[in-house]
Amino acid sequence: MTSFLEIVIAVFMVIGGIFLFIGSFGLAKLPDTMRRLHGPTKSTTLGIGSLLIASMFYFALLQQAAGIHEILITLFLFLTAPVSANMIAKTHIFRNRNLQQTLPSDASNSGWAVLTDPVTARDSAGHA
Amino acid sequence: MIAAACIFAMIAISASLLMNVYRLIAGPDVTDRILALDTMVINAIGLIVLAGIAFGTAMYFEAALLFAMVGFVSTVAFCKFLLRGNVIE
Repeated sequence: MTSFLEIVIAVFMVIGGIFLFIGSFGLAKLPDTMRRLHGPTKSTTLGIGSLLIASMFYFALLQQAAGIHEILITLFLFLTAPVSANMIAKTHIFRNRNLQQTLPSDASNSGWAVLTDPVTARDSAGHA
Repeated sequence: MIAAACIFAMIAISASLLMNVYRLIAGPDVTDRILALDTMVINAIGLIVLAGIAFGTAMYFEAALLFAMVGFVSTVAFCKFLLRGNVIE
């Protein structure tokens, strides 16, 4: 006889697997880099969160005590996924001159991805 | 039931890893390859967590945590190198 908790664990695991698959499918399928960023950064984060919830419930069922490790992994992944996505987008903008021409100007009018300090870049652009 | 769900999720993650390898090889720009590596790390963490459930030990969580940290640091290092031409200035 399967208990209610086992059904919950199985459902979370299936959801996690499906969302990880959708994220990677988006990475393989979508046409350009900026659109490809959406798949891994959103869908995959949801999938791994779901898998970690399933793992927490499973070890709560098995050992009668919920672990702290899953919460650590979840916290770390959810903190770092937006940072790495921002870094990748910034690198893409920096390496693509045509994209820089089409972007609207930012608040300090110095460009979205520059080599120098934004204040220095704005001053030199103002003088030129 | 848990075993069947575990096998289903493992198959899904393995297919995702294959698609990431496709993007890693075919990616037109180097940012696509960094993104593919980042996604591969997340898929590997999922696989490690599933292995922990399948074998019934809590021993694999340290490996998953280390993978998460090293994956983030490597992604940031790749991006930093492309942005600045240097990792630590």
